Order: sequence, then structure tokens, then C-alpha cells
Amino acid sequence: MSELRAQLAEWRAAVGMRVPPWWSRALAVLLIVLGVVFPFLTGSSSGLLNGTIIALAYAVMSLGLNVVVGMAGLLDLGYVAFYALGAYSMGWFGSEFFAKLNVHVLVSPVARQLPGIHLNFVLILIASVIVCAVAGVIIGLPTLRLRGDYIAIVTLAFGEIIGVIAVNGQSISLGAGMTLTAGNLGISAVDAPYFPGSGIFSLLDERPWYWLIFGILLIVVFVNLRIRDSRLGRAWVALREDEVAAVSMGIPLVKTKMLAYAIGAAFGGMSGAFFGAYYTNVNAGQFQFGFSIFILAMVIIGGLGSIWGALLGGLLLGLINNYLIPDVLNDLPSRFGLHFQLTSVEFGIFGFLLVIVMVLRPQGLVPERRRKLEFTTDMVAGDTQLADPSTTTTSGGAA
Amino acid sequence: MTALPIPNEAVAPAGSSILHAEHITKRFGGLLAVDDVSFDIPERSIVSLIGPNGAGKTTFFNMLTGLYRPTEGQILFAGRNITRARPDIITARGVARTFQNIRLFGAMTAIENVMIGHHARMRAGVFGAVLRPPWVRREERDTRERARDLLKYVGVKERDYDRLATQLAYGDQRRVEIARALASSPRLLLLDEPTAGMNPQESAVLTDFMRALRDDLKLTILLIEHDMKVVMGVSERITVLDHGRKIAEGEPAEVRADPAVIEAYLGKEG
Repeated sequence: MSELRAQLAEWRAAVGMRVPPWWSRALAVLLIVLGVVFPFLTGSSSGLLNGTIIALAYAVMSLGLNVVVGMAGLLDLGYVAFYALGAYSMGWFGSEFFAKLNVHVLVSPVARQLPGIHLNFVLILIASVIVCAVAGVIIGLPTLRLRGDYIAIVTLAFGEIIGVIAVNGQSISLGAGMTLTAGNLGISAVDAPYFPGSGIFSLLDERPWYWLIFGILLIVVFVNLRIRDSRLGRAWVALREDEVAAVSMGIPLVKTKMLAYAIGAAFGGMSGAFFGAYYTNVNAGQFQFGFSIFILAMVIIGGLGSIWGALLGGLLLGLINNYLIPDVLNDLPSRFGLHFQLTSVEFGIFGFLLVIVMVLRPQGLVPERRRKLEFTTDMVAGDTQLADPSTTTTSGGAA
Repeated sequence: MTALPIPNEAVAPAGSSILHAEHITKRFGGLLAVDDVSFDIPERSIVSLIGPNGAGKTTFFNMLTGLYRPTEGQILFAGRNITRARPDIITARGVARTFQNIRLFGAMTAIENVMIGHHARMRAGVFGAVLRPPWVRREERDTRERARDLLKYVGVKERDYDRLATQLAYGDQRRVEIARALASSPRLLLLDEPTAGMNPQESAVLTDFMRALRDDLKLTILLIEHDMKVVMGVSERITVLDHGRKIAEGEPAEVRADPAVIEAYLGKEG
């Protein structure tokens, strides 16, 4: 086993040396081109395209949670709150829900005839980012004096509070017969995105939806990469590693942590707003605690702190959850004469996957460079003097 | 030696006081950790704080750097009150420190650790990071170059720059920690037992290094140290704490002969 592993490491190092330095850029361009042409291969409306759209939106959330949990090391178990706030931003500012008001900004001719607040999708996206960033700071403030598990409990409670408000919001009156949310009935007939030239998005042709969320994902990945390799990204890692040393080196604790919460939450809000429009309904039942854990599982399976890991984790679990299990494998048990559908045991499947990944690859599918260094050098950690510098430089170079 | 940029703020003439602590007291519940200690550090001097274990030296350090707030008393740094300032603000004003038990960021490379030290001197925020305009690129590049210079200055080998801090040899970890502290362009450097775990040769090298630091970078150094050879060799002034109280202060020769100091270290005769 160890020989095999050594052989693999050797090959990997050899490959790492042979690929030219521009390969990662070429690979990125290739992936983007593939991503753009993908809907032409699936048809305008299919289970696969639908599953992929949802998976891309999950990946956006996974990347957001990765900022908080992975980069800054603040375990957040209430991330669903930002999904909810993003979706409600969409519901509030892009439907007939506030029927007594009449606000229309850059919307389709159809929406212009309707009562309520109707803003352009891009404006709502920005609104959801602001709403969630503010909410992220509000949830972050009480956790400042806390560490580790205690942060998890506070964030968990916050997620539950938002969930309960969503359900009971139909009894919270805003005056003139309008309420805060529509509870389990849902705010429905949310406006479809509309851009001059694109027409109104329809659910008969899902390709524009796909390109929209693909574009959002590209922006989110880009922002993530830029921040990771910046002063702020370094400060998050330093705080995660040793808070006392970090503040003694001049890192402002409150500001840096608040930025992590706000930025992480903002991505969740963008994804939530997209879902609000895509499902055409904002329903309190969508925002369950289990969803927070689901997003966390994406981050952990992908590799805590790793941007590519969070992306892969989100896509993978999203596709398994929304395409593989319901569309492809759902009747598998019945073929073996078993009387249940695979969708009814999906959480069991995810739990199983999580265990498998944790046993075989605890650092995640695409580990963060730092954690990778830690994992690959554990074997020699006992005696740093004997650590062979060449092994560490090659693994660092290949990362 | 590499030429290093000296601290941004103007350097006051040698001899005037850079740090002035007045009647500092710290209580943890019923425990009196530091009891009415007044303390002065002249600009560009090397001053030591010594005392038996549990004398309150590190507590005192933590108050100077803002990790603890004094129960009573006030601390002036370069004429400004920093008694209730946050640690990061104090670092930005020009106080940097190392830790008794090395506290490097384990998941970061040596050079990244040093770059963290420069955090307070950088300006890029979220939008700067995302849009990365030319001035942010320049800032990043300068920070990295400066970190390399500092690592070279403290004597870390180039092949170790991109290794994880925890993988480095013990002595190198100490060096990286000093480089990290220097990266914030301090005027006052606080070293908490820098020679702990070092052999006599290494300690001697570090003693010379501290003098070089003071002269090259126009620094003031406050040292907590147990190794009397280092303390007596390098310090211009020594303050002795025992049970949180200041029991002696003065030049090395005076302190060495002080009966109260001998008693604190060796116990009462007869």
C-alpha cells in the first residue's frame, strides 16, 4: 500500500514538472468554454440541465460558506438563513407580494402592468447581497467573544430564528394588509429575470437560466480567488490558526471576522435570490436546518478552505441530489424487488458519502494547498531536521 | 546585511522615553498578578524584565501589547496613551512582540507568516483585493519582497521560505517569529524569552543579533529572559519583578548586587 502510494506520488510529481506554467490558465479557459456550450448538449429543458442549474446555485452557496468555515475557520451551522434572506429579497422586490405598492424599475413590459415592487433581477441580486451582508454582520457580532463549538451553536440558533420568522411571517403585519412573508403558502409568481434583449426567462427553455447562474458562479469564483490571495485572505487564515498571535501582529479581529461573515453571507444571498426566481416561489418550508448541514457537507467533502473543493463539492452533491438520485437511480431499489424509492433515503446516501470521504480522504477531494502541505508532511513531522526539502517543494509546486 | 527600510515614523533622539508605564496593576479575580509597577524604557535602549517564574513578567507584556487591560494605571507609548487600545492598534502604533512559546501560524509558510506581520502597514480592503488595481499589486509585491529581505536578515535559509512554519527547525522558527514582528516596522520590540530552548552558542549569536537589530533598525528592545548570561550581556537596564512587584531596577551590575534580587532568586540566607 505504501509502495503504491509512493509510486503515485512520484508520477504526480513527474506530471507536475512536465506541465507548462500556463496550463492552469488554459484549463480554466477550457472549462469555461465547456460550461458555456454545455446546455447545447442537453437540450433546452431536460432533467440533467435542471439538475445542473440547481447544482451551480448550490456551488455558489458552498463557496460562500467556505469563506466563513473554511477560510476564516468560523463554524457556521445556520447558513440556510442567508438562502432564506436572499430568496425573500427576490420575493419582496420582484413579485406582487406588496400589492399596495407600485414600484417598477427596469422590468419587463408584463411585470410593469402588475402591482407590487418589481425591480430588475440585477438590482434584486445587489439588494440580496446587501441584505445578507448586513445579516451576516448581525449574526457575527454575538459570536465575537466565542470560539469553536460555541460559534456553531449561536449560528445554528440564528438559522432557526430566521426559519421560524419565515414560517410565522404571515402573521407579522406591515400595515395596509401586507405581511412580512407568506409562510408555508409561499410568495408566488416571482418575476422571471428579464434583460433588455434577452426577453423574459421562461421555464420552457432553461438555457438562459443556466447561463445566468453560470455567470454568477464565475463571478463568485473570481471574487473568492482574488480575496484568498490578498491581505484579507491571509488575515483570515492567521485568525483561524491563532487568534492571539494574529491580533498581536496587527490584524483587527472584529473587522476581519465581520468581513468573513458578510462576504460569505452575500454569496448565499445571491444564490438564494436566484432560487427565488427559478422556483418562482419563496416558501418558508425551503429553509430547514438540514439544508445548512447539506451545504456544510459540500464544503467538507470538497476540502475545507479550498475554493476548487467547495466548487466541486457543491456541483457533485447538487447533481447527485437533483439529477442522479431522482432521475437516474430512483427506481434502482424496485429493480431488486425492494419497495422504496431512492429519493426517500437520500440523506442516508449523503451520510454514507461523507463517511467514505472522511475515511479515505479526510482532507477533502481538492484540499487547500496549506492543508495539503500539512497532510503530506505529517509523516516526517516528528523530526523536522530529517524532512527532505525536495518532497515539500514538489508537492507545493504541484498544488 | 540587507538594507531595510527603517520605521516610517520619525525616530526620536536616543535617551528620551519611548514607553512609560505608570502604577500598572493587574488583578485576575483575587490574584494580584502585577502590583503597582512603574516602568520607563529609554528610546533605542535594550531593557530587560527578569524575575522568578510567576513574577508577572508575561502578564506585564500582555498589558503593553493590549491583550490584557490593566486594572489600574496607564501606559504611554511615544507620548500617546495606549492603556485601553486594541492589540492591533498598538501594533500599528509601533509595538511588536514575539511569544514565549512560539506562536507562528502553522498552516502558513515562513514567508506568509512574515507577510502577516506587515498587515497593519497595508491598505488593500475588500474592493482592492477583488479589483486589484496597480497600487494593490505593488503593495503585495513590496510586502513579499520585504518579507524575503527580513527572512534573509534574520538568517533563515532561502530554501525554507516556502516551507510551512511548523516544518522549520526550532531555531529557525524563533527567527521567523522575530522577522514577523519586524515586518510591522516597530519602534519597540518585545521579546518574550527569545533564547528559551537554545544552547549557549545559539544564545550568544542571538545576543549579538539583538544589538545589531537595535543599531540597524533604530529599535528599542524590551526583553523577558531567564538566561542571566544573555541578560547581563545585552541589557542597559534591568527591572526585576517578584510576586508582581518591582523589587529592583538599574544597570546590570547594580541589580546583580542587589540583596532583594538575590533573595528573590536564591532565598534568604540562614
